[in-house]
Amino acid sequence: CLLFGDNSVKTSKYNALNFLPMNLFEQFQRLANAYFLFLLFLQLIPQISSLAWYTTVVPLMVVLSITAVKDAIDDMKRHKNDNQVNNRSVLVIVTEKWMNVQVGDIIKLENNQIVTADILLLSSSDPLRQLQSQDSYSFFPGEVRCESPNNKLDKFTGILMYKGKNYLLNHDRLILRGCVIRNTDWCYGLVIFTGPDTKVMQNSGKSTFKRTHIDHLMNVLVLWIFLFLGSMCFLLAVGHYIWENNKGYYFQDYLPWEDYVTSSVFSATLIFWSYFIILNTMVPISLYVSVEIIRLGNSFYINWDQKMFYEPKNTPAQARTTTLNEELGQVKYVFSDKTGTLTQNIMIFNKCSINGMVYGMHVFLFSLSLGEILLCREKVDFSYNKLADPKFSFYDKTLVEAVKKGNHWVHLFFLSLSLCHTVISEEKVEGELVYQAQSPDEGALVTAARNFGFVFRSRTSETIMVVEMGKMRIYQLLAILDFNNVRKRMSVIVRTPENRILLFCKGADTILCKLLHPSCGSLKDITMDHLDDFASDGLRTLMVAYRELDSAFFQDWSKKHSEACLSLENRENKISIVYEEIERDLMLLGATAIEDKLQDGVPETILTLNKAKIKIWVLTGDKQETAVNIAYACNIFEDEMDEIFIVEGNNDETVGGELRYEGRTATMKPDSLLESDPVNSYLATKPQPPFKIPEEVPNGSYGLIINGYSLAHALEGNLELELLRTACMCKGVICCRMTPLQKAQVVELVKKYKKAVTLAIGDGANDVSMIKVAHIGVGISGQEGMQAMLNSDYAFSQFRYLQRLLLVHGRWSYNRMCKFLSYFFYKNFAFTLVHVWYAFYSGFSAQTVYDTWFITFYNLVYTSLPVLGLSLFDQDVNETWSLRFPELYEPGQHNLYFNKKEFVKCLLHGIYSSFVLFFIPMGTVYNSVRKDGKEISDYQSFSLIVQTSLLCVVTMQIALETTYWTMISHVFTWGSLGFYFCILFFLYSDGLCLFFPDTFQFLGVARNTLNLPQMWLSVVLSMILCMLPVVGYQFLKPLFWPVSVDQVSATGIYPNRIHDPLTSRRSAYAFSHKQGFGALITSGKTMKKKLYVFEKLFLISL
Amino acid sequence: MAMNYNAKDEVDGGPPCPPGGTAKTRRPDNTAFKQQRLPAWQPILTAGTVLPTFFIIGLIFIPIGIGIFVTSNNIREIEIDYTGTDPSSPCYKCLSPNVTPCICTINFTLEQSFEGNVFMYYGLSNFYQNHRRYVKSRDDGQLNGDPTALLNPSKECEPYGRNEDKPIAPCGAIANSMFNDTLELFQVGNASDLMPVPLKKKGIAWWTDKNVKFRNPPGTDPLEERFKGTTKPVNWVKPVYMLDSDEDNNGFINEDFIVWMRTAALPTFRKLYRLIERKNDLHPTLPAGRYYLNITYNYPVHSFDGRKRMILSTISWMGGKNPFLGIAYITIGSISFLLGVVLLVINHKYRNSSNTADITI
Repeated sequence: CLLFGDNSVKTSKYNALNFLPMNLFEQFQRLANAYFLFLLFLQLIPQISSLAWYTTVVPLMVVLSITAVKDAIDDMKRHKNDNQVNNRSVLVIVTEKWMNVQVGDIIKLENNQIVTADILLLSSSDPLRQLQSQDSYSFFPGEVRCESPNNKLDKFTGILMYKGKNYLLNHDRLILRGCVIRNTDWCYGLVIFTGPDTKVMQNSGKSTFKRTHIDHLMNVLVLWIFLFLGSMCFLLAVGHYIWENNKGYYFQDYLPWEDYVTSSVFSATLIFWSYFIILNTMVPISLYVSVEIIRLGNSFYINWDQKMFYEPKNTPAQARTTTLNEELGQVKYVFSDKTGTLTQNIMIFNKCSINGMVYGMHVFLFSLSLGEILLCREKVDFSYNKLADPKFSFYDKTLVEAVKKGNHWVHLFFLSLSLCHTVISEEKVEGELVYQAQSPDEGALVTAARNFGFVFRSRTSETIMVVEMGKMRIYQLLAILDFNNVRKRMSVIVRTPENRILLFCKGADTILCKLLHPSCGSLKDITMDHLDDFASDGLRTLMVAYRELDSAFFQDWSKKHSEACLSLENRENKISIVYEEIERDLMLLGATAIEDKLQDGVPETILTLNKAKIKIWVLTGDKQETAVNIAYACNIFEDEMDEIFIVEGNNDETVGGELRYEGRTATMKPDSLLESDPVNSYLATKPQPPFKIPEEVPNGSYGLIINGYSLAHALEGNLELELLRTACMCKGVICCRMTPLQKAQVVELVKKYKKAVTLAIGDGANDVSMIKVAHIGVGISGQEGMQAMLNSDYAFSQFRYLQRLLLVHGRWSYNRMCKFLSYFFYKNFAFTLVHVWYAFYSGFSAQTVYDTWFITFYNLVYTSLPVLGLSLFDQDVNETWSLRFPELYEPGQHNLYFNKKEFVKCLLHGIYSSFVLFFIPMGTVYNSVRKDGKEISDYQSFSLIVQTSLLCVVTMQIALETTYWTMISHVFTWGSLGFYFCILFFLYSDGLCLFFPDTFQFLGVARNTLNLPQMWLSVVLSMILCMLPVVGYQFLKPLFWPVSVDQVSATGIYPNRIHDPLTSRRSAYAFSHKQGFGALITSGKTMKKKLYVFEKLFLISL
Repeated sequence: MAMNYNAKDEVDGGPPCPPGGTAKTRRPDNTAFKQQRLPAWQPILTAGTVLPTFFIIGLIFIPIGIGIFVTSNNIREIEIDYTGTDPSSPCYKCLSPNVTPCICTINFTLEQSFEGNVFMYYGLSNFYQNHRRYVKSRDDGQLNGDPTALLNPSKECEPYGRNEDKPIAPCGAIANSMFNDTLELFQVGNASDLMPVPLKKKGIAWWTDKNVKFRNPPGTDPLEERFKGTTKPVNWVKPVYMLDSDEDNNGFINEDFIVWMRTAALPTFRKLYRLIERKNDLHPTLPAGRYYLNITYNYPVHSFDGRKRMILSTISWMGGKNPFLGIAYITIGSISFLLGVVLLVINHKYRNSSNTADITI
């Protein structure tokens, strides 16, 4: 009933035939190009044409062709990739090319292969995880009904009808095109969507085009220039009217009016348009294309940066968007995901306390300093254990000795770790165990037990096989008392080979210590002390306990348990009660401490970013405790903070109260509730929605923690302003238990009211929304997959590269862009406004000062390379200083280097320069003659003097702006000036002028004028006169208006922070578990219904 | 373009290859260019560099300015306005268009003798040779002797392209308005006798204009033949091939014509009219004394408030008299020097009070 397309994709836009018309059509849709096209038409009207047509056509052609070439190259790449992708082979019973795959085909994919189309997973090499038992795949008598193709990556609904039964399909069953198959030898899939229907392809093109602040500013400024241009033209037209009345009318003996000109007013109207044409160079034709080139160049630097290349994963940084560079230098808020971004999502068994003894070294969380410590510590040798995981390391020998000596408690402790979990093991090669843990914490614990000699080897639904100190023992699994959020613990009940029945339990210390047998009292106190120590080191802790069960008691309990399981009403509750009956009188074994390993350099990076006045908000789906732990570990919260507010209200009033009173008013800024507070009075004026909340300064450093539920209340109505004001005064903000949507909402909130540049960084699919919403989205190409990366603007694999991206690349890009814009506007003002001065001496007749060819080439040839050189190579300070003095970043956040004020400065500077550039040559040629008596005051000589002065002045100006003179800068700057003279001699040469006498009229001017001493004296004079104020200003600026940069003192770069061990922060339970795995294991029926196992077991990376 | 699906992502943006594969490293090249470590010179504006620059500019500019100023002042120059707007002027009678031809004589006295080559200029004021429509009203092809352009003047020449259906040669408003007063100079001898001062009319135009840019129509016929089919500009008395008797100074390559055609940049301008070559080392070219300027007044400027002048000037290595550059150099030099002093004081005062400046942006 439906027509399905084939699996070929087409991402390319053009083909050889339609390229030219389509590309031109697209380009003329841009306002700037359309404007110049309009100008071109104006110039073709002879009555007002004050400039030859080629002054616009040549630059326009060049600009269009540069863009066209760029588009063509991009499109060629896409063609190539399309071909490559379409021609990949895949096994569809017989090997086929990708593009020939059709809906309904069943394909086989092998490990590390890229998924061809959106497929429904049917089976894989792992016998546990199958939807269908082995079947003949060449004939699959089922039917799939599903939704029509859409772009929702995380939604899929469908029904599989197979052998008369209906199976519900959700998105976990779907593997998307572009994913890579991992952790399975092969799998079969049914093709559901192909080619353009696939979800990834449906997502393409729906791009939200991000534009930078500078883009917006540029548009505003161009508008200003238009207004300025219009008023200028108007004034000049008025001038023309007056001139025609007073002089032109009487000058008709020698210069009669054109026959169509009937009055001065009409003449003035025409002149308005003539001046419009002449002065159009104020809106430079090459501005936009230059900006694009600069951004492209600066993006390449990011791609090329070795210091952002991550060797272990072989991934260089990637600038996926080439239009946002300078905004990297203006970031004020960073929104970071936690897991996988700040942390590696790797848990490491770091310490433990067994029966009142602490084992394991105190290891600093600062990973960089860790390296040094490791040098003097020897790793524990696990060679006695053949099944040990070689990657595991531990630094305390006493524990191994205790194990070897056969310490009963230590053995029991590790036995409990190797039994009490829901890990599934995989042993493809004898002796090489791979654990599939559903939370990394659990994996770390089981791995630790494995290395110390209690190897969990395999499990069935009823048994657990453990190799205990080399001896194989099989425990009978009697029950798994599964984890849930309320219980915060899990237990297993096993029957040992000696026929003892043991219950092992691990869980949050706060919960577990209440369940202990009274006889453990003193041990409990010691262990709690240890736990405090662990917590202050930022480790995630668990308590481990056991209980020996009486056989009869267990039988009794087992019966109750099965009853509870079978009950239809209130089953959850009943089960919990049954669990509690048996989980008591536990004997404490000890506690574990797991390090949630931060990525390298995260605390340092955050410290640096803080110094750069970048505020970091952690938005995480994790629980409060873990999030806060990490916040401390990576310097977002500090022990020296005055106070940390926790917002956890459950309704609008409490949340509002917590935000308004407890937080802001009571401590941070006591007067912020008064009417007189500037922000309050500002808000009282009820500004229109796009308004900005001013910066508020608190009286100390504070932190804020808010959880998702409270946030949902806070984001409604008036409270969002309260939230924002409070949060923005805090040094660190942690939002936990966030949904992806809320992450985006928070970013949106800051974007909306703070008008500051936001950056979101994350690695997982749940970060995609905020990455897309933020001004800049950064994807960590890490473990969780590629969705974040595919939606990001910049991607790299380590959080610490962020500081380099912002402080080095961002700052440079911003500075370069600002210098570029200042200079670009300046040079065009200086260039264009000379015409205005000349108008007063040429009867406001729209006579240009320069040769038309000079006008044609000025932006395109003579001045383009130096400014490109400046904006590609300039460095005000080198990268080391950028990183050592993060304060240097601040001017960007406040938009100091290019804003409307700076633009006005450029305008004034341009007006001044044009004044000098006109009147100095004018004074020089006025009634002047050469040493052979021939006059030099002719128009063409004057033009030459002015244009040469102009080029020398703008070249000197850029020389002053350049702070980093590479060879290339020298070649570009001085080369362009030299090139000007070469072109001059060519354009004014006999041959060219005689061949086209009407187009090239300046025959011999170069030869006759360039040897005049007056001319050079005049050029030097103009140059000095234009330079003196600039040099004086630049010299005085740091004295009178010091930027933060000037106040940077060279002391105290990285204070050696030592963690205060006395803080009573306590990391609570740290299971990042999901409920339901225990049942899954014991059910023995594998995962026919619980399909979501696939989510984690197949580490699908999209 | 954040979300533009790109097949590239499937090709090489994908997850890194598994260990053990023969993946080639994607480490970026370690070149100075790519790592932005190109060796560079980083000048910084400090008191040590800025202040000396100001002083040096001052010290260089002031002497240059004085030199130029003195040179310019040593030049002898006399300017005589002969427009005749003043009723007392001998040329007053010529303002009326009825008197043709009108000849008037102005006498003047040179207080000091003019030595070396002396140059005679005519000057016009309030004459907009730089008006856009005026500037473009010419046909350079025609002036370069192109036979087709000769008979088909460019439309830029309008309304002086054709007259009575004949192409005008030379066409255009510039040519049409060519200055056509005749100036003659007489020295009043000791016995009140008038000795004509020899005026040379060749060598007043640029070499390139005379020899490259301006050419008569090709051919070996007499000029009149070569200009056949054209008519004279409306305002002219004689056709272009009768501007001078000298074959080498006639037609388009007449130097008076060429000089006129090189339009002035400003509405007040002077153009070289004649050369007075020095005689020998012993006698000044124009000794001090009384002179008569004989003017054949053809060129009306009264209607638009124009002024006409005759200028006699000697010349130096720098050219003619123009005090502007000298004064400007002295002024700028002084300003620069003063600024240097001011900055020095400010720097001294403020630099000490702020204990900073490890870094300068």
